[in-house]
Amino acid sequence: MSGESIFSALEPLLEKVSKPIQYVGGELNSTVKDWHVGGHGPGGEDLTVRWALMYPDAYEVGVPNQGVMILYEVLNERPDALAERSYAVWPDMEALLREHGLPQFTVDGHRPIGDFDVFGLSFSTELGYTNMLTALDLAGIPLHAADRTDEHPIVVMGGHASFNPEPVADFIDAAIVGDGEEAVLAATDIISEWKARGKPGGRLEVLRRLAATGGVYVPAFYDVDYLPDGRIQRVAPAEAGVPWRIDKHTVMDLDAWPYPKKPLVPLAESVHERMSVEIFRGCTRGCRFCQAGMITRPVRERSITGIGEMVEAGLAATGFEEVGLLSLSSADHTEIGEIAKGLADRYEGTNTGLSLPSTRVDAFNIDLANELTRNGRRSGLTFAPEGGSERIRKVINKMVTEEDLIRTVAAAYGAGWRQVKLYFMCGLPTETDEDVLQIAEVAKRVIETGRQVAGHNDIRCTVSIGGFIPKPHTPFQWAAQLGPEETDARLYKLRDAIRADKRYGRSIGFRYHDGKPGIVEGLLSRGDRRVGRVIEQVWRDGGRFDGWSEHFSYDRWMAAAETGLEGTGVDVAWYTTREREESEVLPWDHIDSGLDKEWLWQDWLDAIDETEVEDCRWTPCFDCGVCPQMGTDIEIGPTERTLLPLTVLGSGKQDMLRS
Amino acid sequence: MAAQRTPDGPPPPPAVQKLRIQYARRGRLRYSSTRDFGRALERALRRSGVPMAYSAGFHPHPKISYANGAATGAASEAEYFEISVTEQVDPDSVATALNEALPDGLDIVSVVDAQPGALADRLQASRWLLEFPGVEPADLERAVAGFMAQEHVEVERMFKKGLKSYDARGPVERAVTGVSEDGCAILTMVVRHTTPAVRPDDVLSAIAAATSFAPPQSPKATRLAQGIWSSETESVADPLAAD
Ligand code: B12
Ligand code: SF4
Repeated sequence: MSGESIFSALEPLLEKVSKPIQYVGGELNSTVKDWHVGGHGPGGEDLTVRWALMYPDAYEVGVPNQGVMILYEVLNERPDALAERSYAVWPDMEALLREHGLPQFTVDGHRPIGDFDVFGLSFSTELGYTNMLTALDLAGIPLHAADRTDEHPIVVMGGHASFNPEPVADFIDAAIVGDGEEAVLAATDIISEWKARGKPGGRLEVLRRLAATGGVYVPAFYDVDYLPDGRIQRVAPAEAGVPWRIDKHTVMDLDAWPYPKKPLVPLAESVHERMSVEIFRGCTRGCRFCQAGMITRPVRERSITGIGEMVEAGLAATGFEEVGLLSLSSADHTEIGEIAKGLADRYEGTNTGLSLPSTRVDAFNIDLANELTRNGRRSGLTFAPEGGSERIRKVINKMVTEEDLIRTVAAAYGAGWRQVKLYFMCGLPTETDEDVLQIAEVAKRVIETGRQVAGHNDIRCTVSIGGFIPKPHTPFQWAAQLGPEETDARLYKLRDAIRADKRYGRSIGFRYHDGKPGIVEGLLSRGDRRVGRVIEQVWRDGGRFDGWSEHFSYDRWMAAAETGLEGTGVDVAWYTTREREESEVLPWDHIDSGLDKEWLWQDWLDAIDETEVEDCRWTPCFDCGVCPQMGTDIEIGPTERTLLPLTVLGSGKQDMLRS
Repeated sequence: MAAQRTPDGPPPPPAVQKLRIQYARRGRLRYSSTRDFGRALERALRRSGVPMAYSAGFHPHPKISYANGAATGAASEAEYFEISVTEQVDPDSVATALNEALPDGLDIVSVVDAQPGALADRLQASRWLLEFPGVEPADLERAVAGFMAQEHVEVERMFKKGLKSYDARGPVERAVTGVSEDGCAILTMVVRHTTPAVRPDDVLSAIAAATSFAPPQSPKATRLAQGIWSSETESVADPLAAD
């Protein structure tokens, strides 16, 4: 029978795999609903809509993911729907599942993925694509959408990678672009209605209805034509009723969506041992390399009181000892000062840590960090100047001067912080060796200044640097990526420059990601439908967990690209290290992020000219296109409300005390 | 500028009461490790509002000590730990509140005021139940009898410091085979706690070494009890019972 648990068959295998706890589920706040919660129609129609949500990476990475947690809760709150979670199984478990003929399963009800109506995958990075193929294959779902029948779930992708779904167009039935909260409910409505009517027209019909909304991309309904030189000629609807462009979804009022209300508390250790409250979405700082900033516009703040309530409810539901105030640039919330102080006051003496992924380089950020660690340890602070020289920072629109940076870190060391981490990128457009070598000078000045203000030498600074990858829907979408050898050569020069000066040697740590994985990520980020064959070939050759250096193989990808792209006239370099021209049709042009392509092009020209652009929260709109196109507006405070003092945490104590 | 920060404010309130707690690790949660349990417990304590005592310093830790946890993969009805609290609490209410806050499958069995002496000293032996699906009860009985007839059976296991060899027969005080209600061959045994601890899988390797016994899949092990060993009555007594 459909929806049956396979746990008893799985149990003997759990003895034989590493970290079996990741497969058993049962996390605090997890949900298993009755398979038929939605009941049946008069003709016996199945009225329940069932989603299997997968984060296609290891459990320890996927389980803290906010996106999946939110959709899981939103869907499960609906009386006629259910959602369960699945994660990528490690190769040891994959081998055992195959040996015993068992399918990819959910960790909640241990139900086969193939029994669900929708298989929704969340991609925050493209490196999860091969893991999707493993899951499909284990689930008994044909890899190619074209081979699926009415018996198979509809495979839907979401998350940031769906802003260019073309490389996986063959494998997915649909992509939902942008915020998922309202979109998954709208899709559920359509599927529910179609099921209630006895699934008229089968799979094709439900996909048509989804596509007709304009907010769901069904690759099969679009044809791609190529020019003789390999560039795309055009992408056009293959049938009537299908829109030319697919809109992204935007949740405007975050206070109306206070999810996750009950964050999952895994038993196993995960990469993120805290709960998070998203304090706003979007970012308009306009860093030109940042896809996340570009595709999540406009800025929508959660109110200070909304944040306070989510922190309180979340802590009561989980007992986590740390709360992260999450966003793309948390110090930019219009009321962040009040939020930090209000929460620090409220949780004083409760051993509750507060943290803020701090990247903005200014003194205000240090004040905030000090406030949040009032009575806690000050170990490390992270800043992301991204570019080493003033010149390159103008190119990428990271508006911070070297003086700002030095002043900021001085304030940090002065306040008792011991360790400062600095994030940089290598291979940015127009970059030369000098731009990157300037990082060594910056790091030395940081240590020099730090030693002075701290009055001792026990301080450190870590330089962390990785290769820049041009991303769709950014002004750098036309840029050439730096080749792997050139990237590595530049990184080695920087390493040598840092190590050369013995006075600083031990105080400056150097961490870098070499150039090869970046090329594969670049291929997948800006790829088109022809890249699908490469992904499939890599997977057939054993490619799994490409985000993990111990599993990733550059040579396997290059060999697969050789065969997969044969006869197309294009190759890996064409996708990665080639600069595009304005007139070129880009594979993701039909996915509408709201950004005006002409504005992006102008911003690209400005970048090359080293011209900066302001943030539209504080200066007039600079016409990026999002607000008029999407009918949205920036949603920011200040609300001038305050956090009320409140009896928090552990109010159950009264019932335990001995009278 | 002061470089060396120390936490300002008063030192943490002192502990006024120590509680000993027995919990069970059941069903699929038997795959959680003692560390996993530790994290779940700390969160449950915070959720339920138990007035925990904390260590001093920038990184205060709740005062919890664990004793003799069963290996990951084994179920248990009898795991133990101690906590210290800063206000006098009623142990039964703590049990109810903690149970509420822990995930199903990690269940509080009892909470009592700690008696003098170390908890570890009271955990002298364990009673284990091993279930052998797919094994003929008679085969198990023969194998166990063969094993018990030996005086010493050396086994080896990998420890952090390398391979160790030790006797897995001596600490086995009793071993009785039988059939469960659903017809599965079972072994109930009492194993004294020695160093290194002899675990059910060690006993199994020892049985295999002493006889030609080879079950088709590894048995499911459950610790039924842990406590004070009496050689006269050959029993394991409740370590939380009042003296
Ligand atoms: C916390 C965090 C982490 C954590 C936790 C990751 C995790 N498991 O969730 C850690 C530290 C582990 C991490 C690691 C990495 N991260 Co990170 N991370 C973030 C951060 C700060 C928050 C993510 C988040 O929770 N967002 C909020 C949720 C609600 O948004 P969401 O996940 O996008 O989900 C919504 C929609 O996308 C959609 N949706 C999502 N899934 C699905 C599925 C379906 C079916 C549908 C319909 C819709 C849908 O609905 C959701 C609700 O609206 C973001 C920055 C940010 N503020 O977004 C960066 C970010 C996502 N990370 C990023 C990167 C690059 C990485 C790494 C690759 C870094 C590295 N080089 O190692 C790794 C990859 C790890 C991995 N394999 O996934 C980038 C992504 C790049 C991009 N798109 O341009 C971001 C945007 C940061 C940035 N500014 O560059 N990260
Ligand atoms: S349209 Fe204007 S206001 Fe809206 S995000 Fe773009 S620049 Fe900012």
